[in-house]
Amino acid sequence: MSDKNPHYVAPHEELDEVQIDQVKLSDRKSTLWLDAWRDLRRRPLFYVALAIVILITLMALFPTWFTDVMPRDAELAKSNMPPEPGHPLGFTRQGEDIWSRIVYGASTSLSVGLITVAITAVLGIPMGAIAGFFGGWVDSLLSRIGDIFFSLPYFLAAVVVMTVLSDYRNVWVISLAIGGFAWATLARIVRAEVLQVKQQEYVQASTSLGRSRMSTLINHVLPNSITPAIAYLTLALGAAIVAEATLSFLGIGLPNTIMSWGNDISQASITVRTAPMPLIYPSLALIITVLAFTILGELVRDALDPKARARR
Amino acid sequence: MTTEVITTSIDDQPHDLDPNKPLVQVKDLEVSFKTQGGDVHAVRGVNFEIYPGETVAIVGESGSGKSTTATALMNLLPGNGRISGGQVLIEDKDVAKLNQKQMAALRGHVIGYVPQDPMSNLNPVWSVGFQVREAVRANGLATGRKEVEARAVEVLQQAGLADAERRMKQFPHQFSGGMRQRVLIGIGLGANPKLLIADEPTSALDVTVQKTILDRIESLTRARNTAVLLITHDLGLAAERASKVIVMHKGKIVEAGPSRAILADPQHPYTRRLLAAAPSIASQRIGATVAEDGDDEGVIELASIAKERHEEAEAHAGKAVVEVKDLTKVFSIRRGGFKSEDLTAVDNVSFEVHKGTTLALVGESGSGKTTAARMILGLETPTSGEISVGGTRLDAAKGKELFDLRRRMQPVFQDPYASLDPQRSIGAIIQEPLKVHKVGNAKSRQARVEELLEQVALPSALAHRYPNELSGGQRQRVAIARALALKPEVVVLDEAVSALDVLVQAQILQLLADLQTELGLTYLFITHDLAVVRVVADEVAVMEQGKIVEAGTTDEVFANAKQPYTQRLLDAIPGSGIDWGV
Amino acid sequence: MLRYILRRLLQAIPVFFGTTFLLYFMVFSMPGDPILAMFGDRTPNEALYNQLVAQYNLDQPFVVQYLLYMKDLFTGNLGVTFSGRSVNEVFADAFPVTLMLVTMAVIFEFILAAGLGLISGLRAGKFSDQLNLVVALVLNSIPAFVAMFFAQYFIALGLGWAPVTVGANATWSTMWLPALTIALTLYVVGMRLMRGSVIEARSADYVRTAYAKGLTSKRVVPVHVARNSLIPVVTNTAASFGALIAGTTVTEGIFNIPGIGKVLYDAIIGGEGPTIVSFVTILTIMYIIVNILVDLLYAVLDPRIRYV
Repeated sequence: MSDKNPHYVAPHEELDEVQIDQVKLSDRKSTLWLDAWRDLRRRPLFYVALAIVILITLMALFPTWFTDVMPRDAELAKSNMPPEPGHPLGFTRQGEDIWSRIVYGASTSLSVGLITVAITAVLGIPMGAIAGFFGGWVDSLLSRIGDIFFSLPYFLAAVVVMTVLSDYRNVWVISLAIGGFAWATLARIVRAEVLQVKQQEYVQASTSLGRSRMSTLINHVLPNSITPAIAYLTLALGAAIVAEATLSFLGIGLPNTIMSWGNDISQASITVRTAPMPLIYPSLALIITVLAFTILGELVRDALDPKARARR
Repeated sequence: MTTEVITTSIDDQPHDLDPNKPLVQVKDLEVSFKTQGGDVHAVRGVNFEIYPGETVAIVGESGSGKSTTATALMNLLPGNGRISGGQVLIEDKDVAKLNQKQMAALRGHVIGYVPQDPMSNLNPVWSVGFQVREAVRANGLATGRKEVEARAVEVLQQAGLADAERRMKQFPHQFSGGMRQRVLIGIGLGANPKLLIADEPTSALDVTVQKTILDRIESLTRARNTAVLLITHDLGLAAERASKVIVMHKGKIVEAGPSRAILADPQHPYTRRLLAAAPSIASQRIGATVAEDGDDEGVIELASIAKERHEEAEAHAGKAVVEVKDLTKVFSIRRGGFKSEDLTAVDNVSFEVHKGTTLALVGESGSGKTTAARMILGLETPTSGEISVGGTRLDAAKGKELFDLRRRMQPVFQDPYASLDPQRSIGAIIQEPLKVHKVGNAKSRQARVEELLEQVALPSALAHRYPNELSGGQRQRVAIARALALKPEVVVLDEAVSALDVLVQAQILQLLADLQTELGLTYLFITHDLAVVRVVADEVAVMEQGKIVEAGTTDEVFANAKQPYTQRLLDAIPGSGIDWGV
Repeated sequence: MLRYILRRLLQAIPVFFGTTFLLYFMVFSMPGDPILAMFGDRTPNEALYNQLVAQYNLDQPFVVQYLLYMKDLFTGNLGVTFSGRSVNEVFADAFPVTLMLVTMAVIFEFILAAGLGLISGLRAGKFSDQLNLVVALVLNSIPAFVAMFFAQYFIALGLGWAPVTVGANATWSTMWLPALTIALTLYVVGMRLMRGSVIEARSADYVRTAYAKGLTSKRVVPVHVARNSLIPVVTNTAASFGALIAGTTVTEGIFNIPGIGKVLYDAIIGGEGPTIVSFVTILTIMYIIVNILVDLLYAVLDPRIRYV
């Protein structure tokens, strides 16, 4: 037995004679947000997406920086004509400058996106957080209300709202029609996250040191459940832009007096077989914008989720 | 050992192997993991052998490389890990050089495996029977539907699963942890392997279940002359079950040899530290009059701490700070539809905690100890009964009164990774209680944070850092600092050291003992671990199914348990039956 | 399981009434005359106006209106479209076409999501995975109506592989292009789910245990990795079935497919408010029903839910 099981002792100096559980701090601070920011800065796609978003924001705010031509200047003689100097993308069926219309349409898409997201956040985050945190009958009530909105496909709901409110078609109404029905999904996401976070012991510690329920919710639970909501909202911004364009395309979105890529696509679709370009350019503007927000949303989500970061 | 009658079929004849020819040879094994920050060497030059029929235990703390070594034997390292040096020879075959098919033939058939966590090791979407049959079929133990089925049932029966035939159709989530572990043992031993690797097979289970599971593994492997490689963090358990112990630390073997020799006469300073810090062993040495001195290697002597504290407590022995009378909590559990069932989680519990002493509330999962603690912390409303803290009724307190009462009592919770808000700096976490209770101004709070950090032996620079940079033990220190911020009289420690490694655990226990003496604190210590109780508590109350079944001073209860349940808990402490010969 | 089904159906009742009430509320309690509002810029003639007042019981108090409307809904009495055909009749003609289109789209979607997701998950981090993700990201950003035009212009018109419009001849072979286009704009979510759960399953403890039993990856991958990962993909695909039944308006409009979406499309373009309301209500109810079926499917696939 002894030859099989010799008593081996490693040389003592091999053991680091340090104090147990010594504090080792890295040179730089590390928090969820700082780490996420560092992660984002390492990703080239982040800069591409950010550049596009900044560009579109500038277009929306200062269209004259990008074009001298007015979007409503129509020369019927130039109907569906190819590009010429000063008109880099050619003309629409009405003979308007395509590039100018894209530049001026940016503010509509961006406003609808931002307003919709704001409405979604204002409705969805409190509903989900309160339902998840307080539980019981509050949860049952809010969740059933959420279910009702969730069970109404938001595109169809928007169709009905826009049909009924045909006299009041503007950026605010269309944002309300989309955001007023899209919040239920966000509420579900926030609720699920809050349910997890509220089990954490730091939440119980907060209660036992005397914080009120509401104060605990605001100070500890919400900040820790907000990250999936942020990622969702970035993606929802793109989706809202698409929804506006789709409704405008169907003729129940914004009136023709408001510049909108959806309206332009709708107008161009009549002659798509003979003149595809007036349809393709605004479509590309739409795709690039949505893509930029989608990429941003994806990257932010990955950056805020340490698990996803480790997976890469 | 309990003698069990094992039904053995023809396939399960004991292995007849040359006892002098090693079954497993590990030579200079190195394992590394690819991570974002470069290669991490988890195992660095490990050598050992396992002979047929012997039980070898690898002991180490988390991060020691013990589990990695075990998975390397089966060549089942996770995707980013690889054997970067040395060899693992199983029956003279180098596992790194086998192809997938040859390796599959080795697994199950030559090496059986019982994993750590029974909850995550069975596929939730397949029935238990399916998963056992799969193993039976993979190892060619039986062919034909009926034979496979019969063999699968037999395997489960051998593993001690009652009513195996009927349970084949059920799904893992319908099984308790202990039952699932029996299924996994059945799968691991189903092909009658020559070696069984058991990776912390019971650490996720209650103590009394642990013992029966380990007994089952031992009797099955002994009957078949199966070698066992037991991976554990618990030296006591290793000594009790294995003939040979290998102690690992930071990827290296620091000491290896016959288990009795190592435990009786540890040579390496790390082993000595580990041994001294392990409460299970300390509990055996509590009677020793002379604490070993002259050990300036950072050895924490739990025995001497316990003794010191004990004398301290006797001197204090003040009036009751916490009084609990007839405390009852009934939960109403929904049983589908509109039916509900009452569950009495805490049933007429009464006890007192005296000033400057520690009362340990002990029980297994579901005993109601945590619910009782939550009611005392005011996190749960009692169904009936009284709780008083320093003479003030807590159960009737509301609003301002309750708010003020909370100052006098603070908790430390179990999970160091969940008890600190990850989005707040350490300084903000520690001074939160002061802010909520509007104590002092910004400057005085800052000073208090520094004082508290010093009390829990953490550098004051930590105040501006965030919890994610800290280890489990350090986080627990921060949680203690937060609990002490308001200078409470009572600290409720809910499994506060259960998630920590042995050495760190001992360190935190020491800290708690020091703070108790220094600040005259009263502790209510909630735990499942009787071994820890021995070294921290003045009085013990044992809970079972919501009731206190036995209570008394720690000495009384440990020396002379009156209830069979308490005795069973005591017997289940790993290593309790071994004479350490110190 | 039976109890689960019952509970799920019970839960659906308040949702059903809530949703229809919400729809009804939006249409009939906005300020102003609801019937005039439904017609937008146009004005209905007096006969039609009176007929609609009678049909929607607008002379009654609001709650009574709603209840009578629900009664009509249950008895299949939904009035007529502007062309004079009853809503029932139009629905009966159009629904099979939509069902066919949606079924085809969902099959494509499932194959793309499960197949590409599995490949991506098994090769996470490698080039093929990265490419897969980038393509998915781009496809995901193309609005459905733009994708339809692109498919129509480049594939049907440019390459001539499929008819430009479907028309009355709605069959599997004429509708593959719109169905595939729908699938391409939709598969991304499912693909991601599949990829994520494959990655998770690959490092799951039960997969390691399966290998430890002596199984080879030929068995472990389909039985333990793919089977578990399919649950979210199947339910996601099924959920998109519901969303599609409710949302083929643009597709059917652009490809001129005579389904429910086309009816709605024509009604929207033509400003037929009452028809829009009727069909939106029907589609919403179908959406709710499909969602219930999805939950039941989930329970079938995942035993953990079944026995709760």
